[in-house]
Formats: sequence, structure tokens, C-alpha cells
Amino acid sequence: MVGKGSKKLYTFLIFLFLYAPIIVLIVFSFNNSKSRGTWNGFTLRWYVELFKDAEILKALYYTLLIAILSAIISTIIGTFAAIGIYGMPGISKKIVLNLNYLPVLNPDIVTAVSLMTLYRFLSIEFGFITMLLSHITFSIPYVILSVLPKLKQMNKHLAEAAMDLGATPTYALRKVIIPEIMPGIITGALMAFTLSVDDFVISFFNKGAGVTNLSITIFSMARRGINPVINALSTLMFISLLVLLLIINSRSSKSISERGDII
Amino acid sequence: MKMKWTSYPYILWMIIFIVVPLTLILLFSLTVGEEGGIGNLQFTLDNFKRFLDPKYIDVLWISISLALKSTAITLLLGYPMAMIIAGEKPSKRNLMILLFVIPMWMNFLLRTYAWLTLLGKNGFINYILTKLGFAPLNLIYNDRAVLLGMVYNFLPFMVLPIYSVLVKIDNSLIEAAEDLGANKLKVFSRVVFPLSIPGIITGITMVFMPAVSTFVISRLLGGGQYMLIGNLVEQQFLWVGDWHFGSAISIIMMIFILITMAITAKFDTEKEGGGGLW
Repeated sequence: MVGKGSKKLYTFLIFLFLYAPIIVLIVFSFNNSKSRGTWNGFTLRWYVELFKDAEILKALYYTLLIAILSAIISTIIGTFAAIGIYGMPGISKKIVLNLNYLPVLNPDIVTAVSLMTLYRFLSIEFGFITMLLSHITFSIPYVILSVLPKLKQMNKHLAEAAMDLGATPTYALRKVIIPEIMPGIITGALMAFTLSVDDFVISFFNKGAGVTNLSITIFSMARRGINPVINALSTLMFISLLVLLLIINSRSSKSISERGDII
Repeated sequence: MKMKWTSYPYILWMIIFIVVPLTLILLFSLTVGEEGGIGNLQFTLDNFKRFLDPKYIDVLWISISLALKSTAITLLLGYPMAMIIAGEKPSKRNLMILLFVIPMWMNFLLRTYAWLTLLGKNGFINYILTKLGFAPLNLIYNDRAVLLGMVYNFLPFMVLPIYSVLVKIDNSLIEAAEDLGANKLKVFSRVVFPLSIPGIITGITMVFMPAVSTFVISRLLGGGQYMLIGNLVEQQFLWVGDWHFGSAISIIMMIFILITMAITAKFDTEKEGGGGLW
């Protein structure tokens, strides 16, 4: 319908649109000037300042701590929940799955203010605990949604066979079911981790004095105006993401080419 | 093997952290009274009546129209893109999808912030313009900047579901249509497009929902005074402290999203369609 040249041009323009802001951000993180308009020569000054910035380092610490803890806890609760949900009869399964969908479908801001209301209602002090509880809450549904398909793919009779051969239910769970659904559990854990690192809205409403994450720090810094330190931070985050992605990709490139998609 | 009991901890968790909070929001939206205490709450519809003030209706209208506009633009830009990618060889198409996903994995605030460096008064675009001898433009802190931010952030949400449907379309269907004498336009309008509707529906919901509820894009690219319905909720909860009114606005937002989902689900004839992103 359309010529090859115009297809190429369109693709180029869309990718330019997607990457131009990121490239400008990276280039200006090496700019020896506070202004964004002019180029005053190459510098690593902002990177040095970044690692001296106590506010950012503290935010990074809390981001990673909360992401790791919430990924571990939500993966454990979510995996067991998925196994339980899988064995439920029709109606209760439907109810639980629909409730599980609520945080996925609800706008972040509604989840955020509803949790905020809960903590205030229970007079829990805002801070590390409220943020962690919130992150676990919005991560579990994604863990369940990535474990459930693996349970459906699993041969139903595997666990029964194990128990017929004398395994206790917990032994069968440990030795048969968990290994079978491991890929789903890992996907769920990775998703919980990235969702937590990336979250802004829910953390913003449930943060407390002295406890923030990187997103909140970026937001408050961006509101105060442009700060080249954020450029340096974004560059580092972008590059570490790229490296992570390349590692994952090279490890799973075989399965990707077989499946024909990435996600 | 039935192991229902393993889900009990989560069911308890769900009741405490999903059901109770939403019930509280509903309760607060329907009551007025002292903050915090539940004993002296009075049931009323005042919070919802208050929203009928033209000031707030305007905010709702701007939010919905901006969300609709950004949905339409992402669809117009994204559909051809999804078609181009789906038409490539598998190896190239995986690379292109990967390139689409990479910016999405970057922190969403940083992506929005990046536009600040491009659009700002002393930003990159104005720098180029003044170098070329033009007067600098006022590119930031207006409707268009917010719209741009939405399109930028949500474009992948439109492209990926449409792509995942297009790529699964059986080529023999297209060949059959061509053999039966359909020209390319007809093949598109009668075969490809109808088959891609589940992807479009998923794309529309995935763009419209975050766009209508955002408060970050509007705050960063629209400036401190810019109000969308999300900013209104933020303002009531964090700055004004009127949780009852804030809850009512959240309920109104949820109702609008439910309506959108009901409308789009109606068009989604193929319930099991492969339009999902995951």
C-alpha cells in the first residue's frame, strides 16, 4: 500500500520521537554548564556530584531495599495464592481472581489514596512500613497472573502421581509443583521488582518523613527546576537497564526466537 | 491436587489491603464529618454535589478531552507503526519491538522530565530555533505540552497490543482475499482491520486509563497551576486534607473508567483475543 521509503521514514521519525529526549538527556549529562541550551564542553562533574548527593543515595537505598523485600514477600504470598486459587471451585475462584484484578485495573492514584486512607484509619505511621505494604499489595496480583498460566500448563496428574508414590502434599509441592512452575515464579518476581523500582504514584501518597524512593526524589527535584544531576542519574539508570536487558536477552534469545515475541 | 488453604494468607491480605481500603473510599465519599473518626460521620451526597461546581466540571472535561485526544493520536500514530513492524522478518521485528520496549522500562518520571529539557524556555528546541534566527517559542506549561507528554509516554501501550494481534493474523486469510480479487485497501478494511480490533481495544484502554488519571505529566509539563482530575485528587488528599471530597472525586474517576471499560468491552467481540500485553 505504501512505498518502502516512506515506511522507513515513518519508522525513523517514530523512533526519533521515542529516543530524542533520552539522547538529549544523556548528552547534556556531560555538559559543563547548568543551562540546557548551550554546550560548554565535556565534564563528569554531575556524576561526581551524584555520588556525593546524600538525598539521592538514601533514596536509592530505600528504592532497592523496598524492591527486594517486596519482590520476595509478594512472590512467596503470590505463588502460594496461585496454587490455592488453581485448586478452587468455580465461583470462589472467580471472585478471588476478580478481586485480584482490582489493583491491576484501578488507576494507580485510586489504589494510592485508598491505601493512604487505610493507613490513616488504622493510625499506622507513614514511612517505610506503609510503603513496603503498598508495594507488596500492588505486586502480588502480577505474581499470581504470571504463575497461574504455568499451573494450567502443568500436567494435573503429576502431583497426584507423586502422592500415590507416597509423597506428602508438602513434599509434592516442594519437589513437583514448585519446580514445574519455576519459570512463572521467576517472571513474577522480576515483574514485582521492576514494578516496585518504577513506582511513583503509590509511593508518593504513602511515603513518610525521611523515607522516599528515587521516583519521588526525581519528582521533587524536577519540580524545583532542571538539575543536571538528574541527567546523570537518568543516564546511569538507562545504561544499567540496557546492560540488564542485554544479559537477559542473550540468555533467553533462543526461547524468544522460538516464541516469536519478547514479553 | 486441591490445596485451597495455600491461598488463605493472600485472601486475608486482599481483604485488608484491597477490599477495606476501597470500602473506606466509598464510605468517605458518602459522608462528611471529623477527620479520622468513624463514629461521628454523617451520610450525605454533598461531596458529589460539590463536584457539580463549574470549576470542577471544567477540570473533568479537560481531563477527559485530553485523554481522548491522546488516545486518538496514539492510535493514529501507533497503528501504522504496528503494521510496519508486523510486516518485517521475525528477527528484525523482535529487535524493533525491543527498541519500543526499552524507553518504557526507563523510569516514567525521567522520560517526562526529559521533555522538560527539550521544550523548556532555554531548552534544546528553542536553542536550535534561535540559532536559526527564529524567535523562541513558548512550548511548555500548556495543553499541548501535556498532550505531548501523554502521547510520548503511552504510545508503546498502543503499538504493542495492536502489533501482537497483527502478527498472529494468518497470512493465508490475506492471500485468500487477494485471490478473490480484493485490492490492498479492501484487504485492509475487510480482513486485517476487523481482525485487529481486539488489539485496538486493549490499546485504547491501556492509553485512556493512565491518561485520564495522571497527575504527574500535568504537573511536570503543565506547570504548578495545571489541573487535571488526578491533580484534584492529589490536592484534596495531600494539601487540602479534605478526604471526603477527595474520595468522591476518586469514585467519580473510577466510574468514568468503568464506563470506558464497559464501552470497549462491547466492541471486543472476541473475548479470548490475543490482545493482551502479557
